[in-house]
Amino acid sequence: MRKQLMKGNEAIVRSAILAGCRAFYGYPITPASEITEAAAEFLPRVGGVFLQAESEVAAINMLYGASSAGVRAMTASSGPGISLMQEGISYMAGAELPCVIADITRGGPGLGNIAAEQSDYHQVVKGGGNGSYHTLVLAPSSAQEMADLTALAFELADRYRNPVVVLADGFVGQMMEPVEFPQRATAPQTPAWAVTGTAESRGNLITSLHMGSDELEAHIQHLESKYRRAEREETRAEDWRTGDAEIVLVGYGIVGRILKAVTAEARADGIPVGLLRPITLYPFPTGNFQRLVPRARVFLVVEMSNGQLAEDVRLALNGARPVEFFGRMGGNVPSHAEVLALVRRLARQYGVVMEREEERMAHV
Amino acid sequence: MSSELISEYEVIHAKPKAFYETYERKDELQHQTHYCPGCGHGTIHKMLAQAMDEFGIKDRTILISPVGCSVFAYYYFDVGNVQAAHGRASAVATAVKRSRPESIVISYQGDGDLAAIGSAEILHAANRGEPIAVIFVNNAIYSMTGGQFAPTTLIGQKSTTTPSGRSAIHEGYPLHVSELLATLEAPMYIERVGLGDNRQIAQASRAIRRAVENQVRGLGFSFIEVLSPCPTIWRLSPVESQRWVREVMEKTYPLGVFRDRTKDAQPRPTPQEPPALDAIPQIIGVADADVTEHSAIRHEPVTDVDLHVRVAGFGGQGVLLLGEVLAEAGLDAGLEVSWLPSYGPEMRSGTSNCHVRLSREPIDSPLVTAPNVLVAMNEPSLKKFDKSVQAGGWVIYNGDAFPPECVRKDVHVLALPFTQIADALGDARAANMVMLGALLEIAGALPQTSVDAALARLVKNPRFFELDERALARGRELYRESVREVCHAG
Repeated sequence: MRKQLMKGNEAIVRSAILAGCRAFYGYPITPASEITEAAAEFLPRVGGVFLQAESEVAAINMLYGASSAGVRAMTASSGPGISLMQEGISYMAGAELPCVIADITRGGPGLGNIAAEQSDYHQVVKGGGNGSYHTLVLAPSSAQEMADLTALAFELADRYRNPVVVLADGFVGQMMEPVEFPQRATAPQTPAWAVTGTAESRGNLITSLHMGSDELEAHIQHLESKYRRAEREETRAEDWRTGDAEIVLVGYGIVGRILKAVTAEARADGIPVGLLRPITLYPFPTGNFQRLVPRARVFLVVEMSNGQLAEDVRLALNGARPVEFFGRMGGNVPSHAEVLALVRRLARQYGVVMEREEERMAHV
Repeated sequence: MSSELISEYEVIHAKPKAFYETYERKDELQHQTHYCPGCGHGTIHKMLAQAMDEFGIKDRTILISPVGCSVFAYYYFDVGNVQAAHGRASAVATAVKRSRPESIVISYQGDGDLAAIGSAEILHAANRGEPIAVIFVNNAIYSMTGGQFAPTTLIGQKSTTTPSGRSAIHEGYPLHVSELLATLEAPMYIERVGLGDNRQIAQASRAIRRAVENQVRGLGFSFIEVLSPCPTIWRLSPVESQRWVREVMEKTYPLGVFRDRTKDAQPRPTPQEPPALDAIPQIIGVADADVTEHSAIRHEPVTDVDLHVRVAGFGGQGVLLLGEVLAEAGLDAGLEVSWLPSYGPEMRSGTSNCHVRLSREPIDSPLVTAPNVLVAMNEPSLKKFDKSVQAGGWVIYNGDAFPPECVRKDVHVLALPFTQIADALGDARAANMVMLGALLEIAGALPQTSVDAALARLVKNPRFFELDERALARGRELYRESVREVCHAG
């Protein structure tokens, strides 16, 4: 496979098509429009459907239709559009319909601005629609991961019959990096539950309606069992230099990349720092956090939002270690320098053993 | 005895085959519907089922049921069933039909569902001419939720949310959906019918049959509005309800055909066969054979490079392209690279900048907050970014002299009127490539073959390619000359 320089947003569409996506319903919004534009270019050429809907409300309900008909389908949007889609996402989770939604986040609340933020965490990871449900959420931090996790998203969506969100910030969507693609396109089988307008599928029914209270409770418990299975089998995270880390930096998406640079710089200073980058935000990689507890003194969560990820980190650690938070918002990005300064302060505050000090002590 | 008797009869009016024999999706009373006595839904369901029977399309039919009393249409119709969110049936139907063009898609919606919350979805489905059939059941009220006002409620009609009757001043006028949709170009067939008496019912049956037939024939969007009695919410007997349809509703909603373009219509073209799976990587531009082989495969990769570059200038100066050529060349040379543009409001305000990284090691952060090379194509960019440059780094500035507040002692500087230099080469727009040439010479990292390859990929116009090649060469030369000058001066 050869690498080509490509924007993350463009990589998503190509990867989706290779993964068998044949329906894309979208509505333009900065900074996700490249995805919709690339879909408009390529879907019709591979025998798929592309349609620009009249709203995000319509777009997600069109996904509901395409998915009901047994076709791999996706859409892309950003915060305000994702808010409008929550109705359809809840219906799809309830009706057990797979789909992939790319959320290239921007500033909020409301119109906010179009700079990169990570403030969609709650509405995506906690499920912004009504009812007891989850979306599975994957958080790429590079153009290559935009491609790889989109392909994975389609697999997971079908495996769990549930919407999967690829949650990326405007930076990851807009930046170009070398990307390589599998050289084979997959042709997924039409699922047996789909309604396809054939004698075989005539008895099928897609609905999220369960009138009896026991019937609905049983349905929710069935959904819950899928989520428990996802929690056992699908959590993913990048552990980087965490083996001996006393300060664990935590961040996803573009922040994960920044924290990697900070880790290297802090290590050069002799501070034993590591990075834990959640790749699945739901299911949350709780195990990866708990494994670091014996060695870690403190976890520092860095976000481009107001402590939304930090809440999940606190839940994952359940009080075992202190969780510090640093966030920038509005399109501001946590700089290496400010995070590094914070790491140094935490190293002093939490009595982190500096490697150089250890060396010095050894020589005394 | 009794069974023998029955066997002597020939059944002429049986239940349509498109209905289930018994309604097993219902909890109880599986031999009858959940609709109230005198409700129009049962009648309309039967018309629809008879049409399905007549055209033999039961296996092909996908029925989209709405939210409202007919949410349970799937209890009765032995076809593929999809239950949609409130108001969204025509959006759902749109996508079902587009992905399964061979199927017969029927969207069944009430007036609260279609005319209020789903008004956008129906308007746009109609305007796109989606080749589906929409059955719009209008009873001028929200029935399932207990009788609230709908956009179709008549002037003066009482509801639980218009307790003293609909007032035109407060709630506006009854919404004429059929007439509204008939202003659009795309719809194929639009008719309003009623269930007010047997004559109306017979016409309603013909209209529904027509809508189904249109889709079987592969024609476009068909819309049948049915004025339908709701005795329970209207608090009238079934007979009085029919009279109300006939004598009151019909005055606001006249019956008739509002659009019929079926005579001249041609079946819509059938979709093309999809390409073979093997062809798809090539179609979407990711086939290895179509991705340029990087010369790094042919040459030794460059030795030691760790560039953190920030390029900034006015929009139109080629800031992003400069960065892209650099990143492409780095990739070609076998390096790890990243390119990150400023976007959005920054782009629109007329300034532009990008972050480029080239390294032998995997790139940690693609954000360049402390560049070791700053390419400032104008003075505002220099002022914005000069303080961020690493000590010992380089500033390449498009201008003769630095503004006094930007003079730093701890960075290298190459300040030249690059725009004029490019102009002398034939086009001022090539200033970005002159500056890139200087940068490449300073970094001394990338083989010329990689730069050429990158430029060839990004600049397709032969005239600009040739110009850019000269501009790059000129930039390299200018840097070498400046070094000589420094040496002489030293």
